[in-house]
Amino acid sequence: MSDSNEGVLVDTLQGVEHWPLLPAVARGLSFDAGGRRLMHEIDLTLVAGTVTVIIGPNGAGKSLLLRLLHGMIPCSGGTLAWGGRTMTETVRLRQAMVFQRPVMLRRSVAANLRFALKLRGLESDDRCHALLTEVGLADRATQAARLLSGGEQQRLALARAMAVEPQVLFLDEPTASLDPAATDAIEDIVKRAHQRGTKIVFVTHDMGQARRLADDVVFLHAGRLLEHTQAEQFFRAPASTTARDYIDGRLIF
Amino acid sequence: MQDFGEAFRLAFGLVFSANPDLLEIVVLSLRVSLTAVALSCLIGLPLGAAVAMSRFRGRMALVVILNALMGLPPVVVGLMVYLMLSNAGPLGWMQLLYTPTAMIIAQSILIAPIVAALTREVVAQLHEEYAEQFRSLCVPPGRAILTLLWDARYSLLTVALAGFGRAIAEVGAVIIVGGNIQHLTRVMTTAIALETSKGDLALALALGLILITLALTVNTMVMALRGTAIRQAHV
Repeated sequence: MSDSNEGVLVDTLQGVEHWPLLPAVARGLSFDAGGRRLMHEIDLTLVAGTVTVIIGPNGAGKSLLLRLLHGMIPCSGGTLAWGGRTMTETVRLRQAMVFQRPVMLRRSVAANLRFALKLRGLESDDRCHALLTEVGLADRATQAARLLSGGEQQRLALARAMAVEPQVLFLDEPTASLDPAATDAIEDIVKRAHQRGTKIVFVTHDMGQARRLADDVVFLHAGRLLEHTQAEQFFRAPASTTARDYIDGRLIF
Repeated sequence: MQDFGEAFRLAFGLVFSANPDLLEIVVLSLRVSLTAVALSCLIGLPLGAAVAMSRFRGRMALVVILNALMGLPPVVVGLMVYLMLSNAGPLGWMQLLYTPTAMIIAQSILIAPIVAALTREVVAQLHEEYAEQFRSLCVPPGRAILTLLWDARYSLLTVALAGFGRAIAEVGAVIIVGGNIQHLTRVMTTAIALETSKGDLALALALGLILITLALTVNTMVMALRGTAIRQAHV
């Protein structure tokens, strides 16, 4: 499968072997902690060019699945392959993640970005300015990042994630604590990244957001993958009653 | 024996006349303690940050030892360094006993664990916040340590100043390895001890006044630095 990001990566990322990360294939992916199985044999294929939204009630394992896919936590069982190769740091170098609570280095806005750019040997004033302009923070470049509002911090976190030119961008409820305007701004940036060819894997609780963004939906419940289907089909006619109840806002156990 | 008021009058006279003997002692004290702080930071900052970041077997034991070493008795350190540097000791050939270098070594051994243990505390808190982001970005360990040290710099300055406070105020180690030799290894604390035992309280008090002034200056610096950090919203 071709990947529109590949050309950019070959040009810019230094010293990193290049191949398309997608499709990603997880088979029997599981995770145990404290003698309990928290993730049960997940079978999942992620393809290029779509926005995959992971939804499910609290404790379903959405954030855990994201971290397993990003290789931040080693899985207890099963296999995970990105572009046919096992998960290694080389894979993670070409992915990025935005967390629910943005982590701001105790530096200026621009220095937060330069930190990520320098890590990949991509540091340049032009690139830094272009990224800040992209997320609407060009006029705040010299401000302390921690003085930004929650929405602005999340936009900076997104810019920092995009600074490493990822093929895959994971977002773990990035708008959970933001107002509607800030949420809109984040969604616009994510959509533009997707249009440029970045694979988006987005975790959310917000059904409206899932409907707005998703091409395909992964529905998790109690550490099990109950459905992975096209968004339109999922919201119109989910296969499981659990998903139906969740969409309709009923409590599920 | 002078009375108390007379001793104070003489002390102020010595301070304000910039008495050369007094100046020599103050300068040597600062040279020894500042060098020891610099050396301790060179060792303690990266060591503390590395312990804060890494997970390995025996890490907790290392943390306990580091914390325990913060309370090292200066006389014991002095004795250990004395045994190492004396002619019969393994490092006797270096002929460092009764030199400022020996005093710097002793003070460094005293305060390096303080710097390392406090650095570990400061950096561990920051690392908890940064850890996931670092893992996601694949930040190499060396870069991560430097980033954490840089971002915690205001708190770490307080750590260095705490080390300086301990170094400039201690007497037990430097008197054993330095010998309190006039014009060579006499520092403020050893001079105070000597002059007090001789009953010449003026010089002792003058030095005491300077020590207290230094302590006040150090605290003022800490407050000013914290203020700067808060103003810049980097903490």
